[in-house]
Amino acid sequence: MRPTSLTEVLEAVRATPKLLPRGGGTKAALSTPREGQAVLDMTGLSGVLEYDPAEYVLVALAGTPLAEVEALLARHGQYLPFDPPFVEQGATLGGTVAAGLSGPMRQRYGGVRDFILGVQFVDGEGNAVRGGGKVVKNAAGFDLPKLMVGSRGQLGVLVELAFKVFPSPRATATFKVTFERLEPALEAMHELASSPLEFYALDLETNPATLTLRLGGQPEALPSRLERLRAFLGHPPDTHTLLMEGEKEQGYWRFVGRLEWGHGYLVKVPLQPGKIAALERDLPPGIRRYVAAGNLLYLNWLDAAEKLDSLLKAHGLCGIVLRGDAYPAVKETLKSPLLGIDLEHSFARRVRAALDPTRRFSLDP
Amino acid sequence: MNPALSELGRIYPPERLLVQPGQLAPYESDALTAFRARPLAVVLPETAEEVVQTVAWCARHKVPFVARGSGTSLSGGSLPVEGGLVIGLNRMNRLLRLDPKERVAVVQPGFINLHVSNAAAPYGLYYAPDPSSQPVSTIGGNLAFNSGGAHCLKYGMTSNHVLGAKVVLPDAEVVELGSQSLEAVGPDWLGLFVGSEGLMGIAVEVTLRLLPKPEKYHTVLAAYDSLEKAGNAVAAVVASGLLPGAMEIMDHLAIEAAEAAVKAGYPMDARALLIVELEGEAPEVEAEARHLGEVIAASGAYEVRVARDADERAKIWKGRKAAFSAVGRLSPDYLVQDGVVPRSKLGQALLEIERLSQQYGLRVANVFHAGDGNLHPLILYDGKVGGQLEQAEALAGEILKLCVGLGGSITGEHGVGMEKKAYMPAMFSEDDLALMQRLRRALDPDELANRGKMFPQGTAATGAPRHSGPHPLEQAGLLSRE
Ligand SMILES: Cc1cc2nc3c(=O)[nH]c(=O)nc-3n(C[C@H](O)[C@H](O)C(O)COP(=O)(O)OP(=O)(O)OC[C@H]3O[C@@H](n4cnc5c(N)ncnc54)[C@H](O)[C@@H]3O)c2cc1C
Ligand SMILES: Cc1cc2nc3c(=O)[nH]c(=O)nc-3n(C[C@H](O)[C@H](O)[C@H](O)COP(=O)(O)OP(=O)(O)OC[C@H]3O[C@@H](n4cnc5c(N)ncnc54)[C@H](O)[C@@H]3O)c2cc1C
Repeated sequence: MRPTSLTEVLEAVRATPKLLPRGGGTKAALSTPREGQAVLDMTGLSGVLEYDPAEYVLVALAGTPLAEVEALLARHGQYLPFDPPFVEQGATLGGTVAAGLSGPMRQRYGGVRDFILGVQFVDGEGNAVRGGGKVVKNAAGFDLPKLMVGSRGQLGVLVELAFKVFPSPRATATFKVTFERLEPALEAMHELASSPLEFYALDLETNPATLTLRLGGQPEALPSRLERLRAFLGHPPDTHTLLMEGEKEQGYWRFVGRLEWGHGYLVKVPLQPGKIAALERDLPPGIRRYVAAGNLLYLNWLDAAEKLDSLLKAHGLCGIVLRGDAYPAVKETLKSPLLGIDLEHSFARRVRAALDPTRRFSLDP
Repeated sequence: MNPALSELGRIYPPERLLVQPGQLAPYESDALTAFRARPLAVVLPETAEEVVQTVAWCARHKVPFVARGSGTSLSGGSLPVEGGLVIGLNRMNRLLRLDPKERVAVVQPGFINLHVSNAAAPYGLYYAPDPSSQPVSTIGGNLAFNSGGAHCLKYGMTSNHVLGAKVVLPDAEVVELGSQSLEAVGPDWLGLFVGSEGLMGIAVEVTLRLLPKPEKYHTVLAAYDSLEKAGNAVAAVVASGLLPGAMEIMDHLAIEAAEAAVKAGYPMDARALLIVELEGEAPEVEAEARHLGEVIAASGAYEVRVARDADERAKIWKGRKAAFSAVGRLSPDYLVQDGVVPRSKLGQALLEIERLSQQYGLRVANVFHAGDGNLHPLILYDGKVGGQLEQAEALAGEILKLCVGLGGSITGEHGVGMEKKAYMPAMFSEDDLALMQRLRRALDPDELANRGKMFPQGTAATGAPRHSGPHPLEQAGLLSRE
């Protein structure tokens, strides 16, 4: 089914007992249907509906590709401050909200939950409802837009979304600094994050321990800010640093946003910086990136999902598989994208039941 | 004492279980003094466990309850339900943990907003949401109303700074929403709870996120001979790609009143004043300040002042922060609204408000967060003159509808509460409201938590507005509102 209007979404929902909405399908672990589930392809509901750069507000249909949104914003010197991943692979606004995904630049102003202003969705009873609004500040009614962040299509089909957007920094520069060991890198990350220095991105990679710091703002201030940053870090030797500017720098971040790391599951793990040291002692070598000063881990996992599940549980963490497979030698089908500790509670169960009483959007009967 | 109440007496010592009329009187209304209701009793828990037992008691006896922080709600949010229980949380005011390294503070719900920043200050950190009521309002109340301040455009509202909450649901079950991380897996349950105006249960422990204090501020005051020019200046700042932490406008009536009250040294002949503040890393702020200077110079301001030090900055803000109470002193009574319009419609909204003001023959002062389109029209009237209150309310209602008509919202920060529930249908359809009600009943089938608020058909609280003047704290000069 590929609806092209709200009416068609309503009809599809009412007529289908088990339904999985799909955007671009970039997060295959989330958007591949299970037995008995019909796919509702949302890419037919595409297009920006309202955008006045002076308002810092953009309203679009949920199936709109992020690439289209970002290109439009860029023409007016603006951007999505939560920095969604998978833009180049075809991710949609709806899929990004439903999967609850933000990227490295969430460091500066916040994640997708901090920028969603309004939503129209179709609930499990086949009614179209709105929550939030289309202005940057609003306190009327329950905050349904935030509720939809991370809802994975299980609370309703997103039809229309409104976001707050911001002016892009006029210039950016990225400074990479490598450490001999993880501990001093973690210490530096803590100190930078607690300092008045402002970063568009504050990322940690582990092999070798490297901090990637993105500065943004007025071009004439960048040189002195970079100098202050070097001084803050105790003037690390040039052999341990790398400065990127201009097109190369932009390209670097576009590449990072693809999160394309070859074989393996791609897993999102929310955490807090204090948990990194212990987690690193247990994780096998591999590709991963801690973003937003250690609040979010994107992890590549080659082994069986079950093993990661126990590892996360041991650390009191949870995770969600976004896409990928285990290494071919490991034969398994992923039972659920959710790994680690179980976050379900009665608040969640009751809200789910209110929005989707017949469990149209969930797998279990 | 009735038998049910004596059960409460097993949880609380007499000094924390208030039942005498004299003891109940201070709890009969909040900062929207127009509404009053007499509760059955007020309890003052000191622990989360006492809150759980109290809510369990309410659930068992089907007694509606209202959580109360400092009672500064401007929309009747903490108004008691007639014959219900008030759960006063002011005694749960401890800082449970402050972790400067992880930049989080864990507090009890009665902890005062400003005290968070005070506790964080030694570590160079602060708590960003800054409602004008911050010297008295509680984190629990802020959470319930998703309160904001002058810095919302850039930094967001309360919701953007709360990481987790332990919540007692209306059936006394306890759940943990959110975590200590900025990120999450699964629906943003905490995001739904914040701003639910006390209808989804009581927060008994809250984890807040702290930010490093900005290194430098740059505060500009510009005077204009018309409101329109000040509004255009805001548009020009936005168009320049700058993102100031705050942009505030005051109109002539507000300037006059503020000047009379606190002698901020404002240009007295101005028809409008604009305050713009940049903040952040020093070299960046200095560079932005040059660009801002050019934009303001081209905006038709006839006088521009730049704060040279912290004292001058404080002086500029002093008049702004005092403006509301100051205007209030010009008139025996006043009503305040906080509707939002798209920023580009500010000029149109102000013209329309001026026209309505003339039509109704009531003075309206305007002080507002121009950066995010959040108006604060202050309608002056005299409750002793027959019919003026009704006129003022009708005018307020027209302003709310105007905001919605221009694509905005009926409230930017004060919430719906009692006051604006009749206007919810102007903003939301029947289906929207029905779904919100369904959510609420899924959590609270008997509608015990803050019954009668937010939804238009709510019935519990009684009485029509009789008088709307300053909050007792404002009369005492302890508080001023924006
Ligand atoms: C490694 C890889 C490389 C790829 N490369 C390319 C490429 O080069 N070019 C190309 O064109 N495509 C490519 N694709 C496919 C394609 O990218 C995407 O299909 C897809 O982009 C977008 O998915 P999405 O982000 O919209 O969310 P999805 O993956 O579709 O969905 C994520 C989650 O959101 C939910 N959801 C989605 N939409 C809604 C909605 N409206 N309402 C409620 N819930 C919703 C889903 O149910 C699911 O739980 C690639 C995919 C992969 C995995
Ligand atoms: C002079 C003045 C200036 C103001 N300025 C601003 C401003 O700039 N910005 C702004 O946003 N607001 C402002 N307000 C409004 C008010 O201060 C805020 O709404 C504030 O958050 C209320 O806090 P409180 O502790 O007084 O809560 P109360 O008024 O006691 O309660 C408010 C609501 O929260 C609920 N509640 C309280 N505690 C809890 C809890 N622990 N769990 C669940 N629900 C709870 C109550 O039931 C009620 O519905 C102002 C008010 C005044 C009087």
